[in-house]
Amino acid sequence: MTLNGKATEQTDVLVIGSGFGGAIAAYHLAAGGARVVVLERGPWLEGKDFDHDYLLGSSYTRVFDFVAGKGMSVLGGNCVGGGSVVYFAALPRAPRFVFERRGSIGRRMWPAGIDRDALDPWYDRVAEAIPARPQTWDDVSYPGGLWAAACDNAGHTANPVPVGVDNDLCVNCNWMAAGCHFDAKRSLLFSYLPAAVAHGATIRPLHEVQYLSRTDDGGYRVHYNVIDGEDYRVHAGSGTIDAKVVVVAAGAGATPVILQRSEPHLGAMPHAVGRYFSGNGERLNTAVMNEDRVREVLGLDRGDGRAYEAFQIGKGPTVACWDYLDGARPEYTRFSLEQLYFPPGLGTILAQVPGAADPTWFGVEKKKMLERWRSWLIIFQMIEDDNEGVFGPPPPTGNSVRISQQMLGHGTLSYDPTPNTLRGWELADAACKEILEKDGLAEVAPWTNDPVGAYTVHPLASCRIGDDPGTSALDDRHELRGHPGIFVTDGSAVPCSLTVNPAMTISALAERAMPGIVDAVRRRGVEVSYGAPAPDGSISGRRGTEKLVPTLVRASGHAR
Amino acid sequence: MRPDTPDDNQIEQARTMTLEAYADTIVPGEKRWPGDRAIAGAAPGGGAVAAGSIELLRWPATGMTEGLDGLADLVNGHAEEYAAELGLELDASVPPFVALPFEHRTALVQRLTAPGHPEKEFWVLLALFSNMAFDSAAHLHTTEAIESGHPGLTAMGFARPDPDGRWRFPASSYRRPLARLHPDTIASGSLG
Repeated sequence: MTLNGKATEQTDVLVIGSGFGGAIAAYHLAAGGARVVVLERGPWLEGKDFDHDYLLGSSYTRVFDFVAGKGMSVLGGNCVGGGSVVYFAALPRAPRFVFERRGSIGRRMWPAGIDRDALDPWYDRVAEAIPARPQTWDDVSYPGGLWAAACDNAGHTANPVPVGVDNDLCVNCNWMAAGCHFDAKRSLLFSYLPAAVAHGATIRPLHEVQYLSRTDDGGYRVHYNVIDGEDYRVHAGSGTIDAKVVVVAAGAGATPVILQRSEPHLGAMPHAVGRYFSGNGERLNTAVMNEDRVREVLGLDRGDGRAYEAFQIGKGPTVACWDYLDGARPEYTRFSLEQLYFPPGLGTILAQVPGAADPTWFGVEKKKMLERWRSWLIIFQMIEDDNEGVFGPPPPTGNSVRISQQMLGHGTLSYDPTPNTLRGWELADAACKEILEKDGLAEVAPWTNDPVGAYTVHPLASCRIGDDPGTSALDDRHELRGHPGIFVTDGSAVPCSLTVNPAMTISALAERAMPGIVDAVRRRGVEVSYGAPAPDGSISGRRGTEKLVPTLVRASGHAR
Repeated sequence: MRPDTPDDNQIEQARTMTLEAYADTIVPGEKRWPGDRAIAGAAPGGGAVAAGSIELLRWPATGMTEGLDGLADLVNGHAEEYAAELGLELDASVPPFVALPFEHRTALVQRLTAPGHPEKEFWVLLALFSNMAFDSAAHLHTTEAIESGHPGLTAMGFARPDPDGRWRFPASSYRRPLARLHPDTIASGSLG
C-alpha cells in the first residue's frame, strides 16, 4: 500500500525496455503463464506512423536517440520495439574467435559455458523467430554491389549480409532509421511483441524507469516517470509497480544508469555495472567514388547510363568484407568492413574531406564533397575495442540530460580509446583505403572523432555476463550479482565487441537466458513454465535447444 | 513587457548576423545581395543560411533557442580576442565575428570546436544544427523542402519522392554476383 492508501500495482515480472532483450523476455514469460508488464520510455508507433521526413518531430526524431557523452556518443532506439525499429536489420552471427577474446582482463571474457557452438542453437531460434534470411546478389543494393566489386578488384571476398527484411515488401527507400513504413523490416513489432501481447503481456509506452527499490516480500518496486509524447524533456507524472522479478533491458546506454541510480535503495552494485562499455569498435569511412573509374575498372552500369550515383538507394548495409575476421590473427587486429547508408541529419557532419587541409569536416571543401553526395559510399568498421567506456554518476532522470525536445541529449559515458582500439581503427582505415583507392576508384577518409569523440550504433557490455565477479556484473544466467531476481538481457550483457552487427547475438543470449529466468520466477511462487515455440508457432528452433534447457536452470537448493 | 526599442532591434539584428556568419562558416554560400556582410560569399550557391539555419536554430524544438543570444555574444567576444591576438583591425559597424574575413572565421571556429576547448560542446552543437539545416532541412517537411528547391537537398542531389510523398527505388541492384564469397560462409549467410 502507498502512503495515500492507493494500492501499488502488482505484477509477476516487470520488463524494462521493449527492444530485443525486453521483447524476448516478455514473450517467453507471458507465454509461460506469468503476468508481465513492459515499461518502454519511447512511444508506440507502427508502419503508418513511420514518416519519410527529416522534420524535427517526425518519426525519425521520435524513435531515435542520440546521446552525446565524453568521448563517445550512443545512437539507439527510443520506442516500442527499441533498436529493432530503427536498426538496419543486419543479422550476422558473431565469428568463432570472438568468444575466445581475453580483452583487457587477461582471461577469457565470456562465461565458460558460452562459445559459438553453444550459442548456435540459440542463434537458430532467433533466425526462425524474426526471421533472419541469407541474401542473394539480386537483393544487394547498388552501394553493396559497388563495395563487393571494389573488394573483388582488390583481391578480397565479400558477402551479402543476412538480414531481417521481407524483400517482397522492401522498396529500397533507405528510411530505415525512421522506422519502416512498408512493414518490410521485420522488427519486433511483428514477432516477439505481438506474441507477448497475445499471451497477456501489457506494454506501456512513454514510461521511463528511473530506479528500483526493494519490497518487504523480497521483490522489487520499480519507479517510473511518464514522458510527454511530443516533448521528451517534459514529465507528465510518475508511479510505481511491484514485481517479483525484474528484467532490465533498457539498452547498454541506459541499463547501467538505472542500476546506478538504484544503488542507494538496493545496496552496492557489482563493480562492472557501468564499466567495460564497448562501442562495438565502430567507426565510419566515407569514400567519394570516381564515377568514370567505377565504370572503367569495375564495369558497373545501372542500365541507364549511370555507373553508380546511388548512395541514397537501398536498405542500410547489404554487403560486408569479412576477410579480416580471421581467428589466426592476433586480438585487436580483426575487423569487418561493411557497406552502410547513414542518413542526412547526423550522417554528413562528421565526414571528412579526403586529402583536404584543415578544416576537414566543414567549410568550402566540405560543401564540394556534399555536392557529390550521390557518389558517396560509406564503409562501417567494427573492430575489437578494449571495453574502455565508463559511466559517470547518473543524471537526474533518464540516461541523459535532454537538449532537444527529442533525440538529442548529454549523457555520462566517458570513453578514452586505448592504443589497442586506436590501432584497430588505424588498420581498418588502411584496409578501406587499400580497397577503395586502388586503381583510382575513390578517395576515402574516416569520419572525424574530434568534435564528439567516437560514436556507436551498437552499445554493448556496460553490465556484462562473465565468470569473474570482479569484471562482470552478471553471472552466466544473466542474474545481477548480489541482487537475486534482477536479470539483464540486453546489449549491456554482451561481454565485448563482436566485430559484426550485434542484434543476432544479443537476441541469442536473451533466448539462452530465458529458461533460467522462467525458473527464477517459478521459484517465487508463480505458475510459469518454459517452452514456448517461436512467436509464429514454428518449433524447429525449440527442438534444437530442448536438450540445453536443463543446463540453464539452476539446480535445486543451489546457493549463490 | 517593455516595447522593443531601436537598440533592442539592433542588438537582435547583430546577433542574427553573427549566427548567420557562423553557419556560413560551416556550409558557406553566395551573398544574398551585394552588400551582404554576414555571408562571406566563399562558395557558389546557397549555403547553411539560405538552407534555413537561423529558422532551425530559432525553433525551440532544437533546445538551442534559449542559449542563442549568449552564443552570439560569446563568439563575438572570441572574435575580438582573436583579432587582438593577430593584430587584425575590425570594422566596428558590424559585429566582431562578422567583421572577420572568411579565413579567420574558419580558423576561429576550428579553435572553438577543437578537442580541449572548454566551450567545445556548444560550438559543435551550433555547427551540427547549421549543417543539419543544409543536409536535411530539419525545420521543413522534406517533401516541401524538395518541392521548393531547398539549396542543401538540391545540391546533394537528394532524389524526389513519389507523388504520395514516399521514396521508392524500383531499380536498386546490379543483380549479379560481384565478388567471391568468404570460404567459411555457411547456409545462414554468416561465417561458420
